[in-house]
Amino acid sequence: MDLSSINPLLLIATMIAASMPIFFAAIGELVAEKSGVLNLGVEGMMIIGAVCGFVAAVETGSPIAGVFAAMLAGAALSLLFGLLTQLLHANQVATGLALTLFGLGLSALIGQSYAGIKPPSFPQIGFGTLSELPVIGALLFGYDALVYASAVLVVAVWWFLGRSRGGLALRAVGENQDAAHALGYRVVAIRMGAIVFGGACAGVGGAYLSLLRVPQWTEGATAGAGWIALALVVFSSWKPFRVVLGAFLFGGVTLLQLNLQAVGAEINPVYLSMAPYLVTIVALAAISGTGRGAHLGAPGSLGKPFHASG
Amino acid sequence: MIRLERRRRQSRAWALATPVLAVCATVATGMVMFALLGKDPVEAIRTIFWAPLFDPNLASYARPQILVKAAPLVLIAIGLSLGFRANIWNIGAEGQYIMGAIAGGATALALYPLDAWWIFPLMITAGIAGGVAWAMVPALLKIRFNANEILVSLMLVYVAEQLLASVSIGLLRNPDGIGFPGSRNLQHYESAANSELITGTGIHTGVIAAIAVALMVHALLRLHRLGFQIRLAGLSARSAAHSGANPKRLTAICLAAGGGLAGLAGIFELAGPAGQLTIDFNVGYGFTAIIVAFLGRLNPLGIVLAGLLMALTYIGGEMAQFMLNLPAAAIQAFQGMLLFFLLSMDFLSRFRIAFGTARIN
Repeated sequence: MDLSSINPLLLIATMIAASMPIFFAAIGELVAEKSGVLNLGVEGMMIIGAVCGFVAAVETGSPIAGVFAAMLAGAALSLLFGLLTQLLHANQVATGLALTLFGLGLSALIGQSYAGIKPPSFPQIGFGTLSELPVIGALLFGYDALVYASAVLVVAVWWFLGRSRGGLALRAVGENQDAAHALGYRVVAIRMGAIVFGGACAGVGGAYLSLLRVPQWTEGATAGAGWIALALVVFSSWKPFRVVLGAFLFGGVTLLQLNLQAVGAEINPVYLSMAPYLVTIVALAAISGTGRGAHLGAPGSLGKPFHASG
Repeated sequence: MIRLERRRRQSRAWALATPVLAVCATVATGMVMFALLGKDPVEAIRTIFWAPLFDPNLASYARPQILVKAAPLVLIAIGLSLGFRANIWNIGAEGQYIMGAIAGGATALALYPLDAWWIFPLMITAGIAGGVAWAMVPALLKIRFNANEILVSLMLVYVAEQLLASVSIGLLRNPDGIGFPGSRNLQHYESAANSELITGTGIHTGVIAAIAVALMVHALLRLHRLGFQIRLAGLSARSAAHSGANPKRLTAICLAAGGGLAGLAGIFELAGPAGQLTIDFNVGYGFTAIIVAFLGRLNPLGIVLAGLLMALTYIGGEMAQFMLNLPAAAIQAFQGMLLFFLLSMDFLSRFRIAFGTARIN
């Protein structure tokens, strides 16, 4: 095995790119969960985002249009989830699963004539000579626009949740829905907003996959990324910056196993392909076991149905 | 003013009517979808729902196939429904199904070409054990570390798929297979084959097992203390604890039941309809069974009907695929839609649409 063929700088840069799909999906889900909604349909919203983004990008020739289409598609699917769980009081777990099953089927249907096509390539942001700087150039100035957008997004989410009035209302609704309702907050409206934000983010995560990460459309392209994003929200104890860290580590595991397979490591490739899922399980058990994740971080009303009966 | 008012207890009539309404709504929406795909919607629905049952040329092939497809769906869905009732969400049945097939299949292949009556029962037991073992991972992690069973059981599906890929081209590959991937075909190994019991009916041991399990679980839920505890745990975890139910034990039992039945479905499928372990042995029964469980209202007898209906859409979907060129994914989306309609109409059984101002109860 020749590990020296792995370039560390390039590795970090690609790890960041590899972490993007789960980052976007997880940060959106974090906001939804903070409002007390457990949407297990992340995988479905991601794959719909992936296919709609891909189709829109191919048809219009503009990857930016693709990202917006993905955002809309993810939001539309999440709106369906919101409608069912918030207005019709359907079980959140079951509805989330339905979203994923439906999303997987619908995406295959939409994408059936798009397999094997190459999408238009994503524009790199030009930093001029900055990107030619040694080390720093590759580390800071060599990414696509969505990577920079993700940095803005995480700061925005952190500020909104922790520092703004709207975020306070959202957290209040998530922590104690009945108290928030009694204070006059509109529980259902706030949750709808959070759900749609989560859907839009998951859509972008999906588009990142199909337009940038692996620029092509294949059925079932997300391969569990949405579920890993859900787990990530738990590890991060519902804290935005930890989502970044977690996504980076998981992007790293995924990438490392691909790299090790490529350099012909003497580990059975089967075990390497399992690694991201096994690591997720172990991390989930470790974080939940300490009592920090599942108990202290979880919003109090997470997953509980709300019906204003008073 | 129109308001939603929570019913004091679930409406029985609506609980029975909603699955029927949901199927009707899905058919209506499905027709729109098929029309959008440029197919004659009436012809598509006729091909999916009517042709497999009554078309003189197709029914003789299709009817047995419906039983063959329904058996694993019913077995898995009944196992899952126990957990769903108790708010224990095992959604990794697909992985448990694969592991049941691998464990049972490996047992049979290890004994090949021995001829003995006890091979089939041993293989079935190994299949159940494989499914239970796989389901015990989320159970133990939930009990010991409070790890979310939804995520753990789902992650293990991907792990099981990798294992399946590995054994079908490695460890369990047919040594006489001239380089082709996949294990020996168990249909050709008499002591292990799960063949049709009555020729031409599609009835194999798995079909009988599905019916038996449905009756047993129905009795368990109505007559046994454990069934009462499972039902109570879903309604109120605290009341269940006060009534003496041990939540950890319930978690283990529900996940074991789900895993064991999924493993059972896996080994019946492997030894019968599928025949050999290949990389694409699993076709998503573990996920479709979630829809079946809800469509059957988490009731064992309801699940039998739901499983038959879902199997019909599979077979009808296949027919529509080669007769009308309807894409396979359309059926998957159609099935997903069914679950949506079910969940959204469920509110009719729990809420009442009321007019006027609220009454004070």
